[in-house]
Formats: sequence, C-alpha cells, structure tokens
Amino acid sequence: MKKHLAFTFLSAAIIAGTAHARDDGSVRIAIDVPYEPFVVRAPDGELEGFEIDLGNELCHRADLECTWVEQGWDGIIPGLLARKYDAIISSMGVTPERERQVLFSIPYYNTPSVWITRRDRDIDIDDRDSLEGLSVGVQRGTIRDDYVTQQYRDVLDIRRYSSSQEVANDLMTGRLDLSFEDYPLADETFDFTSDDSEFKQIGDSIKEPTSIFGKGAAIAFHKRDGELAEKFNEALREVYADGTFDELMHEYFDYDLSLPIAIEQ
Amino acid sequence: MESLMNWLQAQLADNSIFTLQTLSYYGDGLVTTVQLVFLSLIIGLVLAVPLAIGRGSKHAWIRLPIFFYCYVFRGTPLLVQLYLIYYGVVFVEGIQDTWLWVILEKPFVPALIAFTLNTGAYTTEIFRGAIKSTPKGEIEAARAYGMSRALMLRRIVLPSAFRRALPAYGNEVIFMLHASAIASVVTIMDLTGAARFVYARFYAPFDAFLFVAAIYLCLTFTIIYFFRHLEKRLLAHLKPASG
Amino acid sequence: MIDLHGYGPRLAEGALVTVELAVLSLILAIVLGLATASAKMSRNWLLHRLGTLYTTLIRGVPDLVLMMLLFFGGQIGVNMFTDWLYTQFDIDIFININEFVAGVVTIGLIFGAYMGETFRGAFLAVDNGQIEAGRAYGMSHWLVFRRIRFPQMMRHALPGLSNNWMVLLKTTALVSVIGLSDMVRVAAEASKATREPFTFMIIVAIVYLLIASVSEWGFARLQKRYDIGYGEAD
Repeated sequence: MKKHLAFTFLSAAIIAGTAHARDDGSVRIAIDVPYEPFVVRAPDGELEGFEIDLGNELCHRADLECTWVEQGWDGIIPGLLARKYDAIISSMGVTPERERQVLFSIPYYNTPSVWITRRDRDIDIDDRDSLEGLSVGVQRGTIRDDYVTQQYRDVLDIRRYSSSQEVANDLMTGRLDLSFEDYPLADETFDFTSDDSEFKQIGDSIKEPTSIFGKGAAIAFHKRDGELAEKFNEALREVYADGTFDELMHEYFDYDLSLPIAIEQ
Repeated sequence: MESLMNWLQAQLADNSIFTLQTLSYYGDGLVTTVQLVFLSLIIGLVLAVPLAIGRGSKHAWIRLPIFFYCYVFRGTPLLVQLYLIYYGVVFVEGIQDTWLWVILEKPFVPALIAFTLNTGAYTTEIFRGAIKSTPKGEIEAARAYGMSRALMLRRIVLPSAFRRALPAYGNEVIFMLHASAIASVVTIMDLTGAARFVYARFYAPFDAFLFVAAIYLCLTFTIIYFFRHLEKRLLAHLKPASG
Repeated sequence: MIDLHGYGPRLAEGALVTVELAVLSLILAIVLGLATASAKMSRNWLLHRLGTLYTTLIRGVPDLVLMMLLFFGGQIGVNMFTDWLYTQFDIDIFININEFVAGVVTIGLIFGAYMGETFRGAFLAVDNGQIEAGRAYGMSHWLVFRRIRFPQMMRHALPGLSNNWMVLLKTTALVSVIGLSDMVRVAAEASKATREPFTFMIIVAIVYLLIASVSEWGFARLQKRYDIGYGEAD
C-alpha cells in the first residue's frame, strides 16, 4: 500500500497489472477499513485485526503472495467484478443477492446482529408503534441495511453511512437513537456487555431471516475463479482442523464465532 | 390516476432496479435536494445583502470581520465546512440537553447551516462587486436630488446592483445545486443519497448514477432558463437599442 | 503544541495527494480546455456541436455524481473495452481506474469544460490585426499560434484561469468521498478515531487557505509577465 506516491500510482495504474495477476501466485484482497476488531488502520498506516491475521495465515498456507487493498464498502463488489482485486475478505455475509454476483468460499464465521442504544434510553424494539420517528444508523449496502430497510422502513428514520465508524460516532454523540450492528463490532466499539458501559443491547440478537442474514461470512471471489476459491477453502479447513483458527479467534474475541459445521461440509 | 399507476407498473415490470420503491427514493431525494438548496439560497441571500454593504464600510471593525468570513468560506472546500459543522456541533458543551439539539440532531439543519454560510460568502462577494461598479452618474444624480445615504442605497444603488449581479448569481445557484450533492455524506437522502443507496443495493452504477445525472441536468436547465428569462426582463434597458 | 495523535505524517501525505491531484487535473483541464475552445471556434459543424454538447453536459451535472459514475462505472466500461481489444487484437492490457485516476479524470473533464469557455473568450479577445500581421510576415499557422495568439490569449485568460484553479483546488476534496486518502479523508478518519473534529479539519482548512494564497500570489506575478507591453494602455 504505497498510497503516498500518487505519481507512481498513476503511471503504475495504467501500464501495470495484467488481467491475469494470479498466474504468479499473487492475490489482491480487498477489505473495508476500519471494522474493529476485524480490521483497523493504525495511525502509522499499518493494517491490523482478526481478518488481516486470518487472511495472511490463509495465504501463507495456500502458498500465495497476498496484498491488501483498502476499499470502501460501497464499491467493494463492483471492484471485484471489475477485477481491481481477486478476493474480498471483509466480513461479507453470504446472501442470495450477493451469490448471484460473486463466488463465495465456505463461510468461516457467523455472528448475529444486535440493536444498540444508550443505556439511559428506554426503547422497546418489539413494540413497533413506539419506534415511530426514532432514528437508526446502519452502514450502507450491508445486510443490516437490507434488514432495517425491509422491516422498519415505514417507522424508523433510517440513516445510511459509508463506514461503520461513522454510525458508532453518531450513536455516541446522541445523534442516533439506535444502531443496528454486527455483534463483534458493537462489542468492540460500545463494550455493551459490561455494566459500566454507556450502551446496551435491546431485544434479541438477530440471525433470521437467512434470506437476509445468510449463512455466515465468507471470502468472495470472481465467479470464474473456482480454482482460487478452492485453494482458500482448503486452507480454511486446515486452520480449522489444527486449531489455528481458534487461536487467532481468542486473540481478538472472548466468545466463539467459529462455524465448524460449515467447514466440515 | 389509478390507470396511470397501472401503466407505470407495467412499464417497470421488466426491470429489477427501477421499481416503484426505488423511484420513490429518487422522488423523496428530489424533494430534499430542492428544499435544501432553496432554503440555503434564500437565507444566504438575506444574509449577503447587509454583509455586502458592510464589506465596503469605512470602519475596519465592520469591514474586516466580513472580509475574513468571506475569505475563509470561499477559500476552503464546502465538504470541510460541512464536516466541521456536522461533527463540530456535538462538541459544544451540553448542547444535547438544550432545545437546539432537537433540530441539530437531524443532519438536515447542520447541512443547511453549512450550505447557507457558504453561499452567503459567495453571494456577498458577488453583490459587493456589483455595488462597487455602480455608475458614478447614478450616485451623483441621487446626491443631487438630496437623497440620504440610506434612501440612495435603497432606491438607487441596490436595485441597480441586483440587476448587474444577476448573471453571476445565476451561476451561484447552479453551483449550489451541484454542491448540495455532498449532503449524502452526512446521511441525508438527497438525490445523490438515493442514487448511492440504489447503487449499493443493486451494484448497478450506470443505472443508478446516469438516472440521477439526468435529473440534475433537468434541474440545471430549469434554473438556466429561469435566469435567462429574468435577465431578459430586468436587463432589457442595458441592451443595445437596435438589438 | 497541537497533539496529532500520530496522524501528522499521514496528514502530510494527504496534503501531497491533494496537491498532486490538483496539479494533474489542472494540466488535463487546460489541454481539454484548449481542445474544446478550438472545437467550438471551428468552422466544422460536428466539432462545434461536440464541443457544445461536452460543455453543456458536464456543467449540468454535480461533480460528485460524475466522479461516482466514473469511479464505480468507469472500470466496467474500461474492462469492456480491454476485453474487446483482447478478443479482436490479442492485446492484453488492464487499465485500473483507481480513486486517483478517477479523481484526476473527473476533475480534469469538469474543469476542461470551464477552461474551454475561458479560453474561447480569451482567443476571441485577441485582435485579428495581430494575426493578420503575423501571416503577412510569412509565419506558419503553428508559429502564429505560438508567438502571437497563445501569449496574447493567456493575458486575457489568466483571470479566468486563476478563478478556475481556485474552484478546482476545493473540488479535489470530493475525492475523499470515493475513498482516496487526500488530506480531507485523512482528517475525517483521524477526527472520527480520536473524536476531535476541530483539530484536524481546521488544520486542513488552513492548508487550503495557504495553497490558495500562494497561488493567488503566483497568478499575480504571471499576470504581470503577460501584461508586459500593455502597462498603461488598459
């Protein structure tokens, strides 16, 4: 990631990079930054986080030379289709709509989504009428955006953000009444499970319907890259089998988000 | 009405993107964009007239702050101003507990403030230029009639300056319409916000953005047409007699 | 001293990206502007129409929408073209429309349209007698352009050029929305991470004002150069 030299960037952009970058074992992987604790950019510019570690481990096992490409969520699937990179490892849930566009690896983890609000607020998420006029923040184009758009379009004021961090910020400052978040992200950002947190979860954790929430997060590839996907599937099975996945997982999470059933299939 | 809806539905049946639902996003977006632009232009205009007069004041304590305001708001990107106001207001101590928060909480008002201050600064400069170029003869004539400064300003200088400022102001209106596209950055579902939503949902950049570009184009042409018409009426006296 | 929480170097890199982006787009805009001005002044009906279509379309659509169209859609379009090249001529290239390219091309395209108007006005302001005199000396078409039309045109075009540059400079901030790490994006990221919106954004605002002030000074000097020989006449 040599973002600092835009000139080289430009010239390189036009001449370099043939369509068949993978022939030499190099793979470009897109990720939406930040998405704590999956990925975050340290002030010095380095990428770190669970998915970075996992992705690097998978590449190492599959004997591939991987480079990370930072890509906003908005353009992450079109970027793959347009061959700007070869894979997406960015907590992307497998949904029927996305499956029409891309090829997914086996899902490697699954997390529910949760409603978060400030601790001093008294909101009953199951009482639809009481939600009238409240605002909810989601990241644009995510499965959580789909869910609130489909289920709450007529009652909630839905605000769509480009990044998950903006949602978190606006909930913290009181600009949003609610936020509908991926569980690990919400846990990291709001620490809502601890008693002295200013935030709390309301209602149940949500994984249904699967038509929206899918079967878990997976790596996305170009449809024609079945071979590459198979390499990653192989590596995924390996890291699951020898306990490396668990090891990495416990570095970042104190709960279990693994998906052994999907892996065994 | 119903037959019209049926017809629309039939037309839209064979595409998956422009359903009635997504079209309603564009429709709502159009309303939001027009509201935002119209309100900020009106308030900005009201703000700009006294500022433009003050900008030419003999007193430095009036002139300099206005100069500084114009310099800063014209010299920095609107996006930076929007970020500062949207993210800045929440750090005003205790603002969440006041009645102001009820309106500032929504993204519309912070965006409106940013847009208004921005267009206010540009409009001030446009008017100042127009006031400065008031023909000497007009002022002398007003003086000869024994008009007071205020009366002269009201009857002679301002009306004449408004007319001269019209073409430049028309450009400012178009500029503001285009600049308003960044409102979607702070979650406002304006026209561009609707396009971004549709794009993120269907991964169809051409459909989403070409459609919205066409709407903006129509809006721009409407504004151009309106100002041409206005100029024709108000600036008729400046045309060569033969033309 | 202001605490930048370690974002100082990235902010500086961002400022560099902003400047590079602005300068490259300006160059593209000037080239496009000259071409458009010539097209619009051309006697060729088609060229004239094309020039008008370009300036009208571009100036009717918001910069941000054009940028998104080009950035999100441009790659798909370009790929169609390179795929076609591959199947037809066996030429295998891949052109990557990254944020930087999309930014330069969009801003260049937009301001090319504005520059076109500026240059057209300026070319028309050059006295015809001057051109005829050049011709009478036996100068070629190109030499007349280089020695007579261009320098004199520049004198008339400079105020508009300087104005366009100032607007262009501020337009570069939009690339932060499509994800390029210019200084606005770095500042936005930093202020969200540290929850200090004022620190970073005010620094960015000051940098913009500085660049604007420096360029104003530069343009004033250029104007002086191109005004040589006109001193009192105006």
